[in-house]
Amino acid sequence: MTGDWTVGTVTAIAPQTPTSRSIDLEVPGWPGNLAGQHLDLRLTAPDGYTATRSYSIATAGAGTRVQLAVDRLPDGEVSPYLVDELIVGDQLEVRGPLGGWFVWRPPADDRSPAEPVQLIGGGSGIVPLMAMARAHAAVASTVPFRLLYSVRAPEDVFFAAELAELARSPHFDIDWVYTRTAPEGWSGSPGRVTRERLAEAVVPAALDPAVFVCGPTGFVETVADLLVELGHPAARVKTERFGGA
Amino acid sequence: MTSHVDGNALAGPLSELFSADMTCASCRCASCGDVADLAEAMVYQKPNTYIVRCHRCGAMLLTIIQGSHRTRLELSGVAALSVPRPGT
Repeated sequence: MTGDWTVGTVTAIAPQTPTSRSIDLEVPGWPGNLAGQHLDLRLTAPDGYTATRSYSIATAGAGTRVQLAVDRLPDGEVSPYLVDELIVGDQLEVRGPLGGWFVWRPPADDRSPAEPVQLIGGGSGIVPLMAMARAHAAVASTVPFRLLYSVRAPEDVFFAAELAELARSPHFDIDWVYTRTAPEGWSGSPGRVTRERLAEAVVPAALDPAVFVCGPTGFVETVADLLVELGHPAARVKTERFGGA
Repeated sequence: MTSHVDGNALAGPLSELFSADMTCASCRCASCGDVADLAEAMVYQKPNTYIVRCHRCGAMLLTIIQGSHRTRLELSGVAALSVPRPGT
């Protein structure tokens, strides 16, 4: 059961941004997971001290391989180890999959109502949304998906190449917010997400999208409040805050 | 103490105590009567402690304290929990 801890082995590590990387784990007995679920990861020091953190899973579906993506928090206790020290072959204690609320399930069949989906991510908040985007692509879903991704600068984009590939689908669109530095040729000016930006880049409330918002607490609160102002019912806006600034 | 996270973070600690996914349980606040999924509550984390507050009124709903050998669950502000039955 999910309350039990098990040992996973690091099979791959790849840099994602200057302060983060993705970590692939092989977890024997992993039952697969829904898009948007997380796992708990536990580190134990030689003296027995333990630190437990929750990490969203960037992958979805069957199989015993899961991918995480971890950003280094400057005063973090666990993330600096995962980003700076962890190497392929290391073992980590995990339990999961966890959480059945912040998840996207593909429609059961073609006759199921295909409600549009709006993903809104800030920084590493893209991780559970990436699982949803990958699940959407894996079943060749025609459900309209739209992602609004807020980053400080272009180099802070997680999964940049794969997102560009996903955006080639006619059923998946990406809009960007650059809070500090925009890429060359970008038409807008850098700045935090605004009501106007949300109004133009988010599936309108009239289409009743399922909305998933993930990011730092301040980002999530701002976005969720603005979405309600724009007419989205609070019950249609699911949020996952991961603390921080 | 930094900012809070969502009730989603309770999935792991509560999986040690309940067989159902309690983040999908709806929870009625004893203070204001608001009913919301536990995933929507505000969670303040300290080492080995989760303090869970109503997302509407901020009142304490419950506290999880993880000791070395025992877990203590205080349900001081929960009027009711409604949990999906397995397979539904």
